[in-house]
Amino acid sequence: MSRILVFVATDGGRIRRASLEVLSQAREQARDLGLAVDAVVLSDDPDSHVDAIAAYGPDRILTVQHGAFAQHRNQPVLAALAHVIKETGPRVVLMASTEAAKDVLGALAVRSGAAAIPDVASFEIKGDSVSALRPVMAAKQLARTTSDASTVLVSVRSGSYEAVPESGETSVEPIAFSYDDSDPAMVLREILTAGGDAVDLNEARVVVAAGRGVKDQEGKALVEELAGLFGGAIGASRAVVELGLFPATTQIGQTGKVVSPELYFAVGISGAIQHVAGMSNSRVIVAINKDADAPIFQYATYGLVGDLYKILPPLIAGLKAAKAG
Amino acid sequence: MRFCVCIKQVPDISTAVQTGRMVLNAYDASAVEEALVLKEAHGGTVDLLLVGPETARETIRKALAMGADSATHIVRPDVGDLDSSAVAEILAEHLADHSFDVIATGKQSQDTDSGLAGSMLAERLGLPYASNAVGLAVEGDALVVTRQGDSGQEILELQTPCMVTCSNDMNDPRIPSLKGIMAAKRKSVEQVEISTGTPQTRVEGLEPVPAREPGQLFEGEAGELAALVVDRLVNESGVEL
Ligand SMILES: Cc1cc2nc3c(=O)[nH]c(=O)nc-3n(C[C@H](O)[C@H](O)[C@H](O)COP(=O)(O)OP(=O)(O)OC[C@H]3O[C@@H](n4cnc5c(N)ncnc54)[C@H](O)[C@@H]3O)c2cc1C
Ligand SMILES: Nc1ncnc2c1ncn2[C@@H]1O[C@H](COP(=O)(O)O)[C@@H](O)[C@H]1O
Repeated sequence: MSRILVFVATDGGRIRRASLEVLSQAREQARDLGLAVDAVVLSDDPDSHVDAIAAYGPDRILTVQHGAFAQHRNQPVLAALAHVIKETGPRVVLMASTEAAKDVLGALAVRSGAAAIPDVASFEIKGDSVSALRPVMAAKQLARTTSDASTVLVSVRSGSYEAVPESGETSVEPIAFSYDDSDPAMVLREILTAGGDAVDLNEARVVVAAGRGVKDQEGKALVEELAGLFGGAIGASRAVVELGLFPATTQIGQTGKVVSPELYFAVGISGAIQHVAGMSNSRVIVAINKDADAPIFQYATYGLVGDLYKILPPLIAGLKAAKAG
Repeated sequence: MRFCVCIKQVPDISTAVQTGRMVLNAYDASAVEEALVLKEAHGGTVDLLLVGPETARETIRKALAMGADSATHIVRPDVGDLDSSAVAEILAEHLADHSFDVIATGKQSQDTDSGLAGSMLAERLGLPYASNAVGLAVEGDALVVTRQGDSGQEILELQTPCMVTCSNDMNDPRIPSLKGIMAAKRKSVEQVEISTGTPQTRVEGLEPVPAREPGQLFEGEAGELAALVVDRLVNESGVEL
């Protein structure tokens, strides 16, 4: 039987929800097409992830164990995925479009003799092709992109599909994998984490994003307090990341991350297309900007024209009261 | 070190309306800038490589004016029909018999956001690579790359020859000086014919992004604005607070 392979990404010992979104969608399309779904997980301790993956109903979970997977590095990931593709011969390989996936997708396509369709908002597996919609031109247009290659790799933007648990028969198969991890050509020296117990931007229901209008620690504290009310994540425009007020991991946009939360606050952000490219799929957008002509208001569900330093304190108080009441 | 920076000419997307103006891909401009900074600090050369039509010569001149030493132009009027895979095949065919210490690309094309050609090229050439670099340093024979990952930054040491894809968060590319522009006119641009390059994907059409529902804009005193939006969020938005 023809198969779909889903690469389930882990980060800091847990599975990324975006991978489960992709797995759910894979299962849905596989059902209609009569395909089998394999989920592959690469980990220094893959067994710890099996239950969480099984809850989303793949036919098989393929586990690849190696110490090299404790931190992300492209060469071991490439070697393992190319090996699994060779062993199982999937028609389509799906993965969430994380930075780690972007790091390997092109090289994996070449190594596996496959086509790659990156960073799609939706995809459809057909008789003998795969067709996808990809945001292009800073997400101003969607390009319908198709490949007839015998193996097609597709990476999917987070938030494109819902992660829906499903019970079913799932078998677990360890895949033998040997990898010589002594290659001096590339060495991981150090990992600088953004620090704190920050909420994952891609998984947050609420994102509060700061722009250059947020000028100092006082403004930053207001943004953090607002995010804290919802257990939300902090985002930022490139301009405030450049100023050093927020870490680079919080950057949203064409260069940064793409998010699509239920609720997005754009605080002191002008709405340059490269920023909008990363957030325009948010369901409800609240924008606060003192310039009534700021482009961000074209995307806002609720636009507030005014000084963020004056609006945020009563907004925070009002939301607190509303949540309490 | 000998750097080769792959540069692409792309439509200018930064304007609200499409003007048809063509520019140097912003990510590639950062790759050129970083190569120039490292060359200035440690010596070496910066070569450029572009696949594109005759008219892309303008973009090559711009990057030469920034300070690159020389350029190779693989003339392909059909570049619009090529995907990252075909471009990587062409770049690799040319680079297979040239020797560089570091090959740099942008992390993605600004128009298509594909982000594939860099690692495809590395794999074709069998080079170690790092993607999404936000910082580069030369230490002896090694290139030290700070790369932006999902939840933090990774510092990687790559032995040369190697490949790196660059983020525009790495630097602000210099604006060519008048002197640079004049000097660029005398720099050599070699034209090369390569006819291979098989696309693996095709774009069947462009569709507009579905428009968002029109929103509501509120002006007034801060306390009133806050009260208004709290009311809308609670009673209208459907967001579970
Ligand atoms: C290739 C490329 C990729 C890029 N990628 C990204 C990306 O990933 N993410 C990104 O964000 N940008 C990106 N950019 C940069 C982008 O073009 C903009 O420069 C950037 O988004 C501007 O950030 P900003 O809105 O915070 O700053 P500004 O444009 O300076 O806007 C600040 C806003 O704050 C408002 N303001 C000021 N004070 C107050 C106040 N007290 N109260 C209320 N409002 C106030 C102002 O009216 C203004 O609208 C990219 C650019 C390029 C060329
Ligand atoms: N036509 C081209 N000529 C030279 N380099 C290119 C070309 N197309 C893409 N590249 C390089 O590959 C990078 C990634 O491209 P892409 O896969 O299209 O996102 C770009 O930033 C360029 O550095």
